[in-house]
Amino acid sequence: MPREITYREALREGLDEELAFDDNVVIIGEEVAEYNGAYKVTEGLWKKWGDKRIIDAPISEAGFIGMGIGASMLGIRPVMELMFFSFAYVAFDQMMNNAATCRYMSGGLIHVPIVVRGPANGGTNVGATHSHTPENIFANMPGLKVVSPSDGYDAKGLIKSAIRDNDPVYFMESTVLYGEKCEVPSNDELEDGELVIPLGKAKVKREGADISLIAHGRAVVTSLEAAQILEEKHSIHAEVLDLRSIRPLDEQAILDTVRKTHRAVYIEENKPFCGVGAQISSMIMEQAFDDLDAPVLRITSADAPAFYSPPIEELQLPTAEEIAERALSIC
Amino acid sequence: MRGNFLKEMAEKKKSKPTAPYADDPINANLTDEEKIDMLRTLVRIRRFEQTSLKHYHSGSIGGFLHLYIGQESVAVGSISLLGDDDHVITAYRDHGHALSVGMGMDECMAELFGKKTGCSKGKGGSMHYFAPDKNYWGGHGIVGGQTPLGAGLAFALKYQGKKGCCLCYLGDGAINQGAFHEALNLAALWDLPVIFIIENNGYSMGTSQARSSAFPEEGLAARAKGYNMDWDVMEGVSLYEIRAGVQKAITRAHEESRPTLLEIKTYRHKGHSVADANAEKYRTKEEIQKYIQEHDPIDFWKHTLIEEGVITEDDYKAINKEAGDEANAAADFAIKSPFPDESEIFDDIYWEVDNNTAAGRTGRHFFHK
Ligand SMILES: Cc1ncc(C[n+]2csc(CCOP(=O)(O)OP(=O)(O)O)c2C)c(N)n1
Ligand SMILES: [Mg+2]
Repeated sequence: MPREITYREALREGLDEELAFDDNVVIIGEEVAEYNGAYKVTEGLWKKWGDKRIIDAPISEAGFIGMGIGASMLGIRPVMELMFFSFAYVAFDQMMNNAATCRYMSGGLIHVPIVVRGPANGGTNVGATHSHTPENIFANMPGLKVVSPSDGYDAKGLIKSAIRDNDPVYFMESTVLYGEKCEVPSNDELEDGELVIPLGKAKVKREGADISLIAHGRAVVTSLEAAQILEEKHSIHAEVLDLRSIRPLDEQAILDTVRKTHRAVYIEENKPFCGVGAQISSMIMEQAFDDLDAPVLRITSADAPAFYSPPIEELQLPTAEEIAERALSIC
Repeated sequence: MRGNFLKEMAEKKKSKPTAPYADDPINANLTDEEKIDMLRTLVRIRRFEQTSLKHYHSGSIGGFLHLYIGQESVAVGSISLLGDDDHVITAYRDHGHALSVGMGMDECMAELFGKKTGCSKGKGGSMHYFAPDKNYWGGHGIVGGQTPLGAGLAFALKYQGKKGCCLCYLGDGAINQGAFHEALNLAALWDLPVIFIIENNGYSMGTSQARSSAFPEEGLAARAKGYNMDWDVMEGVSLYEIRAGVQKAITRAHEESRPTLLEIKTYRHKGHSVADANAEKYRTKEEIQKYIQEHDPIDFWKHTLIEEGVITEDDYKAINKEAGDEANAAADFAIKSPFPDESEIFDDIYWEVDNNTAAGRTGRHFFHK
């Protein structure tokens, strides 16, 4: 029986292994230690690793993330938890300016190996202030890396790479996915003895020849459902490509799937304006124009702040039906 | 019905206040009717929240629900002092302030249910109530985010020559946000009539005050010294004490246009939000029970009024019943109300678009599909 664990457990395993792997790894965030994590990602880690490695912070994101950036310059590998990625905005200067530019401005003398992780998703009726999806905003800034795993396997492999990475990595999870289970081999089942997935490698989650559904984060899960609908109801074989990391971006994997299917849709729970899909579709247009049989489509969340009302917020996010319907329109 | 009841109460024998701060000038002149009114507001907040809790558990309410139960005296006491040019802004634990400024239970309950008839048309939810017509500027979900806004409301009042102030509430955890410190400095530097009220319930989520804040022995509010700002620390169980302390700050704001940092000690009976599974782990059951039994602001005020002869136990029961009926009626109203229309998703984003002005018609504003 292959081992199945949740996205949350997979992340925790990744964190735990990196705490063991490198003494300089320190986890800091609100409620990460004694409370076991607001979303229980760090459950048990304080008990195991103690006060020195797992640290509860006051509600001072600019302060503790900025502090992490400073500490990383001396070789600490801070893993900062944002209870919600929406709270990154109170630490924006630290995350956008300091983390991204110290290396450049020092002419390469400094590097900033920090990870900031936490959930970045809508769809849970917590209102506009708590539902931001800033992957496009941070990916806009050279010097920053943005990762968005869609399942537990990737979450574990990518968090380990993110922590070992020598540049700032913003790791965006999803509260909706935390409880989702998937197959994650234990280390003794693995040839390398551990699961490390390099940043910048996309993954084909489902093969198909008729259309490419390209996505990141939870939109990958929705796209897989859409691919199922397309297959069952319309005999259309969609390929689903999960970017996994947005910057660095696996351009080759995108070009490969587009050259195979000649049709592409980008799906994300981000907003449309200057969204990740805007970057991807322009890149496809520039590099694979002659391979396209139809314009690249983008499916995003509604171009509006998150609506609290549960049945209305649901309408703001991409659904499998919507993806299938729009995919059909270019098939 | 309610009018008659009020009158009956007012006709009861004249009170003889004995509790501490009862003879403070701001309290000594309170009529029985005003005292009963505050009791009614305290009880209405509690019944409103108890009812909302029931419906949260049954799945009719989404997202987070941060209950104010145990802290009601802070909003009721301080807001009872406000006049027409005084304003209020707070964080996400905002139901008590909303009912204190006079928002109705129906619109507040409907908001929790995500209905079109909610105070924010179902867009904001529990954490984001607003009523500008009642000088109530929210309801803010980001910790500390409201504090510069509070300074800004005070700036506007001063700029426009109004003799008003802004009560800006925040939690004991929120005092560690950078924006708050910038707001404190601006308020003191520019003589803004803002009163920051730290509702110190001892915890920010599961983190005790001692584990989250470095502060002088005198208390959290003593941080104001660093900004050359007046400050005070009060016990929050008694409306008399809260009113006496807050009134001094209001007078300072009105007469000298100077800010104040107040700390009011209080306690939340429930978890951080209803989803707080650890509510009885980071605080002992004994501690919670002690506060519920010995420091409940509603019990305290009720007994004060009974001792003063303003009300009887039966009067209290009637008030409680009336508030419970009102809360149930509000829940019925919320249940019967329609959800918003899908088309409303794109309303209320740009003023110019909503009002169909030339600016709102020039250029593309929305990029969905
Ligand atoms: C900037 C930011 N960081 C974190 C949170 C998550 N959060 C919401 S309330 C809270 C605790 C706040 O405690 P306190 O200020 O004492 O207010 P209380 O809840 O006790 O009323 C936290 C950490 C948030 N909403 N905003
Ligand atoms: Mg608190």
